Amino acid sequence: MATAKDRAQAKAGSGLNDDIGEQKRLEMYRTQVVIREAEQRAYDLFLQNLVKGTSHLSLGQEAVAAGFAGAMKQGDLSFCTYRGHAHTLARGVPVEKVLGELMQRDNGLMRGKGGSMHLTSVDHGVMGSYAIIGAHLPIACGAAWRAQYKGAKDVSVCFFGDGTTNIGAFHEALNFAAVWKLPVIFVCENNLYMEYTPIGDVTAVPQPAADRASAYGLERILIDGNDADVVYRTAQAAFEKARAGEGPSLIECLTYRYSGHSRADPAKYRPEGELDRWKLRDPIKIYRERLLQFGVAEKIITDIDAQVRKIVDDATEACKAAPPPPLDIITTDVYADGGWAWRN
Amino acid sequence: MAELTYRDAVIRGIAQEMTRDPDVVFLGEDVAKAGGVFKATVGLYEQFGPLRVRDTPISEQAILGAAMGAAMTGLKPIAEIMFSDFFAVCFDYIANEFPKSRYMSNGQVKCPLVVRTGNGAGSRFGAQHSQSVENWCMMIPGLKVVAPSNPRDVIGLLAAAVRDPDPVIFLEHKSLYATKGEVPDGEIVDSLGTAKVLRSGKDATICALALMVPRALEAAEKLKAEHGIDCEVVDVRSLVPLDTQTILGSIAKTHRLFTVEENPRLCGWGAEIVSIAADEAFYDFDGPPVRITTPHLPLPAADILEDIVLPTPDRIAETVRRSLGS
Ligand SMILES: Cc1ncc(C[n+]2csc(CCOP(=O)(O)OP(=O)(O)O)c2C)c(N)n1
Ligand SMILES: [Mg+2]
Repeated sequence: MATAKDRAQAKAGSGLNDDIGEQKRLEMYRTQVVIREAEQRAYDLFLQNLVKGTSHLSLGQEAVAAGFAGAMKQGDLSFCTYRGHAHTLARGVPVEKVLGELMQRDNGLMRGKGGSMHLTSVDHGVMGSYAIIGAHLPIACGAAWRAQYKGAKDVSVCFFGDGTTNIGAFHEALNFAAVWKLPVIFVCENNLYMEYTPIGDVTAVPQPAADRASAYGLERILIDGNDADVVYRTAQAAFEKARAGEGPSLIECLTYRYSGHSRADPAKYRPEGELDRWKLRDPIKIYRERLLQFGVAEKIITDIDAQVRKIVDDATEACKAAPPPPLDIITTDVYADGGWAWRN
Repeated sequence: MAELTYRDAVIRGIAQEMTRDPDVVFLGEDVAKAGGVFKATVGLYEQFGPLRVRDTPISEQAILGAAMGAAMTGLKPIAEIMFSDFFAVCFDYIANEFPKSRYMSNGQVKCPLVVRTGNGAGSRFGAQHSQSVENWCMMIPGLKVVAPSNPRDVIGLLAAAVRDPDPVIFLEHKSLYATKGEVPDGEIVDSLGTAKVLRSGKDATICALALMVPRALEAAEKLKAEHGIDCEVVDVRSLVPLDTQTILGSIAKTHRLFTVEENPRLCGWGAEIVSIAADEAFYDFDGPPVRITTPHLPLPAADILEDIVLPTPDRIAETVRRSLGS
């Protein structure tokens, strides 16, 4: 006999009533579109010389950020790299704050004091974006240690690239987290390149993170990082494990970045056709098709697209109109007293 | 009042703060069950238990990174780096992470932690286990740096460091661990950024830090006894914040300045003090300021060699005497 759930599922004909559900899927779709539009805008603004300094885009990698943020609870902590715009936006930090920081305006997330590589919004659980490769893996361990010590249920999630698996801090952190059984999730976004060099050219094993998991007594987890549903489900399991006090997870997500490493990089080192092949599996395209196939009205999807476009347009205008930071913040917040005095 | 070794003062200081505040936690290599390679943490594991006093793997980056993550999210960690020379393998945290996170985040991120470490020469350990690295730390905006010279200051400055909302590098001198001093009973809390005049005098100011403090005091007694030269000895104690007022006040009185530094010559803290004094007290001077330092060398291991390179009471006294022309 069919249960009520079966009937509902048959009615929807869709799979939208599964463990993820329609609401969560629309949320993750929206997150991916926010990242796509904001990152594309950052690129356009760079071409207009309105984004200064450097910037590292996550175009093509949106599903990892959306899937993990979708699985996070309030209070969970994100630790990002310089390629951190996506994870920052995914936690709900306003687009204007992110673009403002990239454009080095007073309305930026850190008023221009950090720059694009260091996006931080403690109120949103974004505990910083770190630009020294590997530095934040041990830091995420420390935040997880505090949760363990305090008996808090929050989990620290640390995002990094494939290239990061070859630095010592990665290995120190993995061992440390495993030995102390810390509630931390290490997420390797394998986009196939460390800056300009293919990861395979410099790594002893084919899968830079997954193939190292066993060295720390961890399960080998290698997933499709372009499918937000897969990312979400994998994340859910890792969160459950962490919250149950069963220790860390290391998850390798296969994905691809569409742009160069940073704004200055035309990415000429990539073999012909590689980018086009990955674009066939574009995370947003995959997800939009799935939503349609599951019976979500096209209008709902295009409304989200339009809404997000408007948010990014409005944010852009607000940033263009925003003043540069005032000079008096040069000397603030070096020390906890708010100032910079090192002598009397 | 009790007589305590510098080593036992470290234990008492940590215990005082861990007793006061349950958010104070302590981690490092061999610090818990073994009580530390210098036996400066004996008994803490037994007193505070395995959740608060934790042995780590040999992973200096993990130790400092974990301390930072814990500090950012509400704990008050004390991390031990066994030898200060090992700062070189975890310097990212000291140079890039602890001191810059607050600034880069426009004040959102805090980093209230203490890194304790065994610093300095005298143990005949050679060039990689004997360095005085206070100058490595002093040059980084955002850090605080202290180096006590006696047991009472160990407790007081350690307490001040733990209670301070900024990252503090706490340099314990390995050759002072066995030295003794009078320590009052009860809680001791000092303040960072304060130098102390340990001996007053009218003819010359000698600024010293850590192991160089007892040597400067010995030199001062010798100068008085043998040459009638009356030196004022200032224990700098805290390099950041730096108590320039106490130092400049002493120069205004004595009109001469000598710094005694264990660190190698280039970019030592004495150069900074001389520079400040030259800018702000030039007309107080009756003669050139003089830096007495370890020469710009890696440290040799053999006792006879190591003893020659570190400033000794004799070298300090002789340098002061010659400079004063007596
Ligand atoms: C310690 C350190 N070494 C080198 C660099 C320069 N660098 C910046 S990003 C990068 C590549 C990192 O690759 P990966 O971890 O795969 O991250 P992705 O950029 O692909 O997201 C390098 C080498 C750095 N920032 N820090
Ligand atoms: Mg990469």
